[in-house]
Amino acid sequence: MRYFSHTPEDIRSMLSAIHAGSIEDLFSLIPANCRMKKNPDIPPPMSEWKLIRKMEEMAGDMPSSAYRSYLGAGRYEHHIPSILPYLLGRSEFSTAYTPYQPEISQGTLQAIYEYQTLTSRLLGMDVANASLYDGASALSEALFMALRITKGKQIAMSKLVHPFFREVVSTCFAPTSFEIIELPFLDNGTTDISKLKDMEDLGAVIVQSPNFFGCIEDLRKVSETIDHQKTLLIACFTEPIAFGLIHPPGDQGADIVCGEGQSLGIPVSFGGPGLGMLACKEAFIRNMPGRLVGRTTDLDGKPAFVLTLATREQHIRREKATSNICTNSSLCAVTALMFMASVGGSGIRKLAQLNHDKSEYVKNGLKAKGVRIPFSAPTFNEFVVQFENGFSKKYEKLLQEKIIPGLPLSEFYPELKDHYLICVTETKGKADLDHFIEKVTS
Amino acid sequence: MKEILELNLPQNVLYTKDHEWMDTTGNTMRIGINDYAQDQLGEIVYVELPQIGACLNKGDVFGTVESVKAVSEVFMPVSGEVIQVNTDLENAPELVSSSPYEKGWMIEIKASNPDEVKTMMDREAYLKFLEGIK
Amino acid sequence: MTETSATRGLIFNEPLLWEIGKKGRIGFSMPEHDVPDAPLDKEFIRKDSELPDLSEVNVIRHFTRLSQWNFGIDAGMYPLGSCTMKYNPKVNERVALLPGFAEAHPLLPTSLSQGILRLMFELERCLAAITSMDAVTLQPSAGAQGELCGMLIFRAYHRKKGKPRSKIIVPNTAHGTNPSSATLCGYKPVGISINEKGILTPDAVAALMDEDTAGIMVTNPNTLGFFEENIQKISEIVHSKGGLVYGDGANMNAVMGIVDMAACGMDILHLNLHKTFSTPHGGGGPGAGPVCTKKYLEPFLPVPRIIEEKGVFSLSNDFPDSIGKLHAFYGNVGIMIRALAYILCMGGENLKKASQLAVLNANYIKEKLKKVLHLPYDRTCMHECVFSDKNQNPTKITTLDMAKRLIDFGFHPPTIYFPLIVKGAMMIEPTETESKEEIDRFIAAMEQIVEEATNQPDLLRNAPMKCKVRRLDEAQAARKPCLAG
Repeated sequence: MRYFSHTPEDIRSMLSAIHAGSIEDLFSLIPANCRMKKNPDIPPPMSEWKLIRKMEEMAGDMPSSAYRSYLGAGRYEHHIPSILPYLLGRSEFSTAYTPYQPEISQGTLQAIYEYQTLTSRLLGMDVANASLYDGASALSEALFMALRITKGKQIAMSKLVHPFFREVVSTCFAPTSFEIIELPFLDNGTTDISKLKDMEDLGAVIVQSPNFFGCIEDLRKVSETIDHQKTLLIACFTEPIAFGLIHPPGDQGADIVCGEGQSLGIPVSFGGPGLGMLACKEAFIRNMPGRLVGRTTDLDGKPAFVLTLATREQHIRREKATSNICTNSSLCAVTALMFMASVGGSGIRKLAQLNHDKSEYVKNGLKAKGVRIPFSAPTFNEFVVQFENGFSKKYEKLLQEKIIPGLPLSEFYPELKDHYLICVTETKGKADLDHFIEKVTS
Repeated sequence: MKEILELNLPQNVLYTKDHEWMDTTGNTMRIGINDYAQDQLGEIVYVELPQIGACLNKGDVFGTVESVKAVSEVFMPVSGEVIQVNTDLENAPELVSSSPYEKGWMIEIKASNPDEVKTMMDREAYLKFLEGIK
Repeated sequence: MTETSATRGLIFNEPLLWEIGKKGRIGFSMPEHDVPDAPLDKEFIRKDSELPDLSEVNVIRHFTRLSQWNFGIDAGMYPLGSCTMKYNPKVNERVALLPGFAEAHPLLPTSLSQGILRLMFELERCLAAITSMDAVTLQPSAGAQGELCGMLIFRAYHRKKGKPRSKIIVPNTAHGTNPSSATLCGYKPVGISINEKGILTPDAVAALMDEDTAGIMVTNPNTLGFFEENIQKISEIVHSKGGLVYGDGANMNAVMGIVDMAACGMDILHLNLHKTFSTPHGGGGPGAGPVCTKKYLEPFLPVPRIIEEKGVFSLSNDFPDSIGKLHAFYGNVGIMIRALAYILCMGGENLKKASQLAVLNANYIKEKLKKVLHLPYDRTCMHECVFSDKNQNPTKITTLDMAKRLIDFGFHPPTIYFPLIVKGAMMIEPTETESKEEIDRFIAAMEQIVEEATNQPDLLRNAPMKCKVRRLDEAQAARKPCLAG
C-alpha cells in the first residue's frame, strides 16, 4: 500500500525495540469478545486507476455540463475563478490543522483575519467569526446567541426563511423550552411583521433577505418595530452576492447576521461543504459562537495573528461553552476570502448587478409570454412564477431536453401549487435565457 | 508557577478553599482572588463581575476570571448584597494579577449573615490547606 | 542530533489584502453584460462595500506567500494527539473535484442524482462494515455535530419510551465537545474518573448510573490512548438501567478491523472522516462526522435518509421518529467522496494494517521517550501516548516550552495540556503514515530538547526562533480584541 512506509524489516526492528513479539501483542489488552471476527466486508484494495474509473462512472451519472439549471434555493451556481482550486490545492492550507500553534500557522491565521474583515464589510457589521458549518447551523447558533443575550423566551421566525434552515432550527431547539412563532408572508412575497408588537417575551426575530422567494425584505422596518434591548434582529441570507449591490443587513439595523456563503467561490457539491457565516455588533463578541482570530504582536513587536477569546469555546469551557462547535469550515472561509479578493469591491457590484439584470430579463420575458409573477416585491437573482395548471408534465419533458426549470414550491408551501422558484445567475448567456423562455412557455 | 513559600498571603484577610480572599476589617467586606489563584490562572485578560445590588448566597458564583486559556468562576465566601464592584477591572483586568489584594479587588458586599465568616480560614489554616492540595 | 530538518528559507513579508488593493483593478473575468440594464430602485442600493480591488496576480502572490507561513501534513510530521493527522491522499482530491460531483445541485430531481446517491449509500455501507454497526447517517458536518446528533437520539429514544432523563455520564478524560454537546440536549453531564490504569471501571459507572441517567459517552480508545477494556461490562450496567452507550469514535484510527464496536455494547458511534478516513483538516474544517447506530435506533436518525430499491436510490423523509434535519442539505458530500475514495483504495486489509502501524508507531515512541520524559501511565498504548513535563519541573521548563522548541526542529508540536487530568500533558499521535526514519528523527529531537531543558533552558524559553514570528502576546489579543482591519 503506497500510503505506508514501513518495510517488514522496519516492523521487526520496531517490535524488538519495544520488546513485543508481534503486532498482535500490542492489542492483547482488548478482550476477545470485543474483537472483530473477520475483516470488514468491504471490497479489496483498488488501484488508483480503477478507483478513478469507478468515481468517473458515478460522476457520469450526474448531469453533464450540457444541462442548463435554473435551481437556486440555497445553493447557487456561480463562476469560480480558476485560481481558486489552484490556490486551495496548496497543501499548506488544506493539510494543516486548526491553527493552535500560531508561530507555524500565520498563513491560515492572517487569511481568517482577512476573511473576518471582508465578511464584516460585505455584511455591514462590526465583527465576523471564523465560520460555522453551514448557513443552517449558523442560524441555529445565532439564535442561541441572541437568546443568551436577551434572555427572551420566544422566537419569531419568518416563514420565508429557507425551509431547510427552519427545519434545522427546530431540530436543534427541540430540547429547549423556547417557543418558535412563525411569521406568515404577505401577498407581495415579503414577511408579515404585524404580529411582532403583540409578543411579550420576544428574544429574537429572524428574517431572511433576499428571502426564500428571492424577494428583498425591508429589514429597516423590522428593526424599527422591535425594542433592541429586549429583542435582537437576526438577518439571515443564502445569497451573499446580493450584498454587492443591495443594502447589507448591518446597514439596516440587524444585530446579528448569519447565512450561507457557498456563493462565494465554493462548489455546489450536492449541498456540502458550505460556509456558515456569522457576524454581529461589537458589543456581543463574548457571546459569539465559533473561533475568532485576533491581531496582536510577537515578542519582537512584529504584527501577527492568533486565535483569541478561546475561553468561550468547548475545549476550555466544556459544558458552559457558547457552542459545541470545534471543526468548522475554515478552508471554505479561505475560499470565500479568495473569491472576495478576486472580484473586489467594484467587481462584486458588477457581478451582483449582472445577476439581477439577467434574472429580471427572464422574469420580464416570462411575464410577456403570459406567465404569472405572483409576488410584486423586488427580487435579486431568484423569483417565483406560477405556471399553468399541470406544468409538472412539461417539467419532465424539459429535463429530457437538458433544462432544469427551477424548483417546484408545493413541497415546501402546499398552498403554492404550480409555483416554481427560478434562479438566474451570471453563468447563463442571453442565448440560454431566450431558449429557456421559449421552452417553458411553448 | 510560584512555590508555596513564594506566595504573597497577607495576614489581615481570610481565605476560602476556592482561593478567594475577604477583608473583614471594615463595615463592608471586600473580596478578590488571592495570589495563588492568579498565579495558577496566568495572565488575566477578562473579569466579569455582578451588578450592584445583586443578593447572593454563600458559595454562589459572583463572577468569572479569564486568562488566555482558562476560565475560572469566583464564589461568594459569605452571603450578602453586592454594594460596589471594581470597574477598573473592565479595562485593566491585569490588575488582578499584579495587585490581587489592592488594585485588583473585585467586589464589596454587605454580609447578610456575618456568622458565616467563621467558615473561612486564616493565613495559617489556608497555608496548611494549600500544602494538602499541592 | 547534529542537523535538524528545519533550515533557513526565503520567507516573504506580505501586507494585508486591503493594503495591496487599488481601485480600478479586478481579478475576476466578468461575463458579458448581454441583457438590458435593469437598475434597482436607488433606495435598495448600498454604499461601497469597501472590498479591496486586486488583480489576479496580486491574489496569487498574496495567498502563495501566506501559504508559505503554514505547516501542513505534506511538509512534515504532525503528531497532534487525538487529531489523527495522517497523510491526505491526492487522488481523493482529484475525484472530489470531478465536475459531475462538484457541480451537482442538491435539489436536482432524483433521476439526475443517482451517481452521488449511490456513492453516499456505498459509503454508509462501508462505515457500517468497519464499525459493525447497522445504520449510518452521513449528515453531521463534524464530530461535534455527530455528538449532538447522538445526544438528540438519546433524548428522542428516552421520550419515546415515555421516560425522559436528565443526566449523562461523561468521563473527565473526554473531549470538551462531549459535555458541551450533551448540555445542548438538556443533559447535565456527570463527571466520572478513571482508575490508576487510566481507564474506566464498571464499579465507578455502577455507582453513578441510575434511572434518571440517559447513558454514558465513552471515547474508546480514550484520550490517554488506552482501550477501555471494561467496555462490555460498562455497557451492560448502563443497559440494565435502561441507558444507552454513546461512542466517541475520534480515536477509531487505532482499531479499524480490530474492534467490533457493536459487540462492545455501543448503541451510537460517531466517526470523524477528517481523522480516521484521511480527508484534509483544511486548517479547521470542513470535516464530516457520520453517526452509526444499532438497528433499533435507526428510526431516530436524521432525515432525509438514502433509500435503495432495486438499484434505484432516493431520499426519503418518511421517518416519523426522526430527530429531523441537522444540515441544510445532506452533509458535507465533498468530504464523503474523499473518504470513500480512501476506503476503496485501502480495502479492509489495509485499513486494519493502518491501525496496526499507528499503534506500533505510538508504542515505539512511548518506549523510547519514557526514558527521558515522565510517562504518567506506563502501559501498552493504542494510537497515542501521553507524557507530562513533571521531569522538567525543577528547571521550570514547561510542556509549552518543549512544544515550541520542537518547531525549531521541523516538527509540529503534539497536542498539549490535554487531557486535562494529566498536568502539563503532551499527547503524541504519530499515525501510521510516519516512517520509522521520521519517527526516529522526532525521538532524537525530543531527546535533545529534554537535554537542553536542563543545560540550556533559554533555548526553550525563547523558542521558536526559526519561524516567521516568535511567540505571540496572546494576553494583548484577548484583552483588547482586534478582530477586523
